[in-house]
Amino acid sequence: MTSMDCRRLTTGLCFIAPWLVGFLALSLYPFLSSLYLSGCDYSVLAPAVWIGPENYTNLAQDPIFWKAAGNTVLFALVSVPLGLILSFLLALLLNADIPARGFFRTVFFLPSLMPLVCLAVLWLWLLNGDLGLVNACLRPFLGLGNHLFGASWAPPNWLQDPRFALAGLVLTGLWGVGHPMVIFLAGLQEVPRHLYESADIDGASAWQKLWHITLPTLSPVIYFNGIMALIGCFQVFAVPYVMTEGGDGPERSLLFLATYLYQHAFEYWNMGYACAIGLFLFCLILGLTWVASRLSSRHVHYEGA
Amino acid sequence: MTWGKTIRFLLLLALAVTFLAPMAWMVSTSLKPLAETMTVPPRWIPSSLQWQNYPDAIRAMGYFWRYTGNSLLLCLLTVVGTLVSSTLAAYGFARLEWPGRNKLFSLCLATMMIPFPAIMVPIYGLFKNLGWIGSLKPLWIPTFFASAFHVFLLRQFFLSLPKDTAEAARIDGCNEWQILWHTVLPLAKPVLLVVAVFQFLATWNDFLGPLIYLTDQRTFTLALGLQSFQSQQGGTAWHHLMAASTLVILPVIVLFFLTQRTLIQGIATTGSKN
Repeated sequence: MTSMDCRRLTTGLCFIAPWLVGFLALSLYPFLSSLYLSGCDYSVLAPAVWIGPENYTNLAQDPIFWKAAGNTVLFALVSVPLGLILSFLLALLLNADIPARGFFRTVFFLPSLMPLVCLAVLWLWLLNGDLGLVNACLRPFLGLGNHLFGASWAPPNWLQDPRFALAGLVLTGLWGVGHPMVIFLAGLQEVPRHLYESADIDGASAWQKLWHITLPTLSPVIYFNGIMALIGCFQVFAVPYVMTEGGDGPERSLLFLATYLYQHAFEYWNMGYACAIGLFLFCLILGLTWVASRLSSRHVHYEGA
Repeated sequence: MTWGKTIRFLLLLALAVTFLAPMAWMVSTSLKPLAETMTVPPRWIPSSLQWQNYPDAIRAMGYFWRYTGNSLLLCLLTVVGTLVSSTLAAYGFARLEWPGRNKLFSLCLATMMIPFPAIMVPIYGLFKNLGWIGSLKPLWIPTFFASAFHVFLLRQFFLSLPKDTAEAARIDGCNEWQILWHTVLPLAKPVLLVVAVFQFLATWNDFLGPLIYLTDQRTFTLALGLQSFQSQQGGTAWHHLMAASTLVILPVIVLFFLTQRTLIQGIATTGSKN
């Protein structure tokens, strides 16, 4: 290495020093430590004791853990596609010369800024079985259905009912799609106009233009939003925690991996086990992102690539 | 307007009403007498506006003003922390040439893949050994060590700036600090604002961090204070809970309207180009 290189390296390292220290102390060390602790009996109060793969074998036989993992995957599989479709739809509707466009954009975007605790408290109220707004809106429709079909449908008691609790949480999440919508909207504005113009000349329908121009051009943005939503869903914690007052909902229907990890770490002080859950979560996210990137290399179209 | 446009407009209107309803319902409930929160079917306009619910909710929360003070202090410290540290790191990654730079930057991006819950146990242990548990320190000191996401955002922007002014300054004998300060930062105000707003929102909204690090009610942030108020209430005094929620959201809404354009553009850029 020449002395010039050496000086450059020193200057470079000086500038990135804050990040480097943070990386070593707050990412790399905790990650390796988590790896080690997942093989230990550890409670923070006493030194960790190595017990080998016991935490993992216990994890594999722990029905509550599998319930949490199942709920987490189910929540992600339902809410990611629904969120993508809704945010894309909103962006499509907004991407036109329409009166009060700025107002609409603000209305759709604002809920996504809501602090998670407020979001949870508000939706706990909205989804209240007897007094909530959601059921107040559902009742007339169900009443009509009952009248027409002679059925006896009643609005669900959302978060108190194991069959509907997860659906209530999905609904809560859908209200916050403003963030990906803004990203979609920016993407839509970057689609080259001439593509639509030549499609018009060829007599393409609106549906064909959406399918053959908009979606392929936007595929990198769809991929980005999808990955971000996936990572967010897998870490879901605050909203169900607040909604269940730190519990896990009726028949554990609102128990997620992050909740279960938190309970083991900070309620039972069973931190080695918690680290094992954490690594499982990490591998799950990594694995799914890998699968998504495999899929994307086939279907995502990058401009000029 | 054509037919297509009219349908589009009406559809948007219906969706806008749906999206607005929860917020309107929150404010409406916050101004009702308790009895009117329990009517079926619900009424939207309270028979008389109970402004008194707000001071009552503040009193019922106990340390409301302390929570607010803690949240604001944390917002200030974390915004300063991430602006200083992430700017330096981003400059190092974007505008300086040095061996190993790109490898380290990929590492920086890779850390974004690690979910916080997966590493929070060792981090908690670390802060416990430092004697920080129960204080606000674990919530702000880490931001002085740069956030990978903010480094990424700032680097993107720094890369887009022209290099000739920096070259000229270098020939004039300026060192890198001076170049950053005099030629890069003045142009970077919009992106710095985006990072500041992102960090403010993240700190204001954070729940898991305060939940694990804070032990004494008087050190709680507003988000944690609202949660503890909610669990004490056991879901009965909805008019107070909605008043408290409205108060917690209010600063976020104000911030949004003050920085709307920059914020939305900032979010839009996170999605474009890889």
